[in-house]
Amino acid sequence: MVKMINNETKVIVQGITGTQGRFHTKLMLEYGTKIVAGSTPGRGGQEVEGVPVYDTVIEAKQAKGGNASIIYVPASGTLDAALEAIEAKLDPIVIITEGIPVRDTIEILAHAKQKEITIIGPNTPGIIKAGESKMGIMPAQIFSPGKIGIISRSGTLFYEVAAHITNVGLGETTCIGIGGDPIVGLDYVSLLKWFQEDSETKGVALIGEIGGDAEERAADFIASGGFTKPISAYIAGRAAIPGKRMGHAGAIISGGTGTAEGKMNALRAAGVYVGLKPIEVAKTLKNVLNL
Amino acid sequence: MKLLEYEAKELFNKFSIPIPKGNIVTDPESAKKFAEGLAKPVVIKAQIPIGGRGKAGGIQFADTPSQAYSLTQQMLNQKIRELSVNKILIEEKILIKKEIYLGITVDRNSKSYVILTSSSGGMDIEEIAVKQPEKIVKKIIEPILGLRSYHAIYIAKHLGYSSKKMIDLASIILKLYKVAFETDAELAEINPLVETEEGFIATDARLNVDNNSLYRHKDLEERLFESYEGELTQREIEARKMDLVYVELDGDIGIIGNGAGLTMATLDTVMLNGGKPGNFLDLGGGANPDRISKAIEFVLMDEHIKSLFVNVLGGITRCDDTAKGIVNAQKKLGINKPIVVRMMGTNEEEGKKILSDAGINSYDTMEAAADRIVKLTEGI
Repeated sequence: MVKMINNETKVIVQGITGTQGRFHTKLMLEYGTKIVAGSTPGRGGQEVEGVPVYDTVIEAKQAKGGNASIIYVPASGTLDAALEAIEAKLDPIVIITEGIPVRDTIEILAHAKQKEITIIGPNTPGIIKAGESKMGIMPAQIFSPGKIGIISRSGTLFYEVAAHITNVGLGETTCIGIGGDPIVGLDYVSLLKWFQEDSETKGVALIGEIGGDAEERAADFIASGGFTKPISAYIAGRAAIPGKRMGHAGAIISGGTGTAEGKMNALRAAGVYVGLKPIEVAKTLKNVLNL
Repeated sequence: MKLLEYEAKELFNKFSIPIPKGNIVTDPESAKKFAEGLAKPVVIKAQIPIGGRGKAGGIQFADTPSQAYSLTQQMLNQKIRELSVNKILIEEKILIKKEIYLGITVDRNSKSYVILTSSSGGMDIEEIAVKQPEKIVKKIIEPILGLRSYHAIYIAKHLGYSSKKMIDLASIILKLYKVAFETDAELAEINPLVETEEGFIATDARLNVDNNSLYRHKDLEERLFESYEGELTQREIEARKMDLVYVELDGDIGIIGNGAGLTMATLDTVMLNGGKPGNFLDLGGGANPDRISKAIEFVLMDEHIKSLFVNVLGGITRCDDTAKGIVNAQKKLGINKPIVVRMMGTNEEEGKKILSDAGINSYDTMEAAADRIVKLTEGI
């Protein structure tokens, strides 16, 4: 089962003393995230923004009782950091770091699966429960508590759609960036299942992009009746050239699969409204939900 | 990072995968000497980073040393799909009894490495997948378990081998897995793996290494830019050297955004309005004015580009930094190509003021900005 966050989630920040770790710890605290501790080997005993720092995650958890982790350590240290969080049974674990070797991601996800722990990312903007808690790097001001759940592979495009959803007055519930790498911890299907059960969420915005077949699998799941709430989608990359990576490691059309058209057609066939512009996602949800 | 055939073979050989006797040559005289020493027919293979080399004339057979000389000379003087041939791999010609496909790659859905094999070697795996899907044996490698001997035996057996040949093939499968794992391969492929009277031999080799892993493969990292030849355009290679994420396209509107998804959406929106994007450039997160200036100069200096659309959603990236970068680049270059900016988010008001003071238009929505840039470009 997928583990999400709320205002009771107690967060440990791994890599809290780095530039990114410090900066985002401040912003997360300002949003209301309950950060109970941080960890950086060799920095035990220090404080960042009033948050106590420990050398290891286990010590942080024993002292402060954290139950989730967000990782801001450099790519070469992420495998170790994630395994440490998994061993400490923190759940979910959000991996912000970009540029992790895929072999390391495979190893992290295999261990997380054994312990039934949710991994968000890597290479993700993170997760936010609007008005309650954020574990990530997304700008908080564009979110407003409301009715719509967002699932996105991208970062800034996620913010673009979230801003529109806020502007039309719908607001958000839980919003997740699943990450731009070829292999990531969460897929659309497991999140759609979660949103189907989440009583606060009245509709979902799905933001996909070229590469792989995660969007097609989501379409199959929706077509089979697994997700019945209103849903609207946008797929980026119609102008992309096959064989070229469009920024994200996972955003590549190879061997004729992973095209934007293919994904849009699959979603449309499943009855999902697919917008040609990001703004149409919010407008459609507004009209469908009749709010 | 795509390695050339001979580089992949050198690595395969380190892991004891049998490869043909061969040598890298850069002149016809050395090719002749190698063929003389071997006293057997040879194959002459252009070392260029593209598939389908054989059909384009990049693989030739020579029965005599003097033939090896003339074919090598000819290959070094020709261009294959616009690529000049600087290195040639000359090898003993292998007598083929049967060809097998063997490949290890990363599977997005099972979140693991996967091994693909087929008794229809020599063909492209994607072609086999379409034409003879029943001939592909696929095995997902459980990450915590790894690929074990019994897995390899199972695969060899399914390819139709028994007794010693089965054991030999299984051992090569295990070695290929070891290469793939230890070099952080996105793809490790032997196609074909040739069955001869004596045993198995890898007559072609492909190895694509995960760029994110290069920090732990320093010897490969040094040759990264070299490896882009043929895969990327000259301007794309230049951009990589400047640490910019850039893809060249064939239109005339330059596009710069922050974040891969937003930048792709910007291209799509311009196209939807009837414009033709000339490039994709993702600034990434937290770009400072210098980096933004550098990116803008890079795009504007391209003579195919008539106008520029900058789309920034401020989060970690600040709108005032973006605006400063744009104004600085324009001043420095003195190029009078129209620029349209859409910015929203962190320090938006400050950013917009900097732009309007410099006479540059800015918009609140991507849609309005895309419409404007397409109209401006039509008039040029």
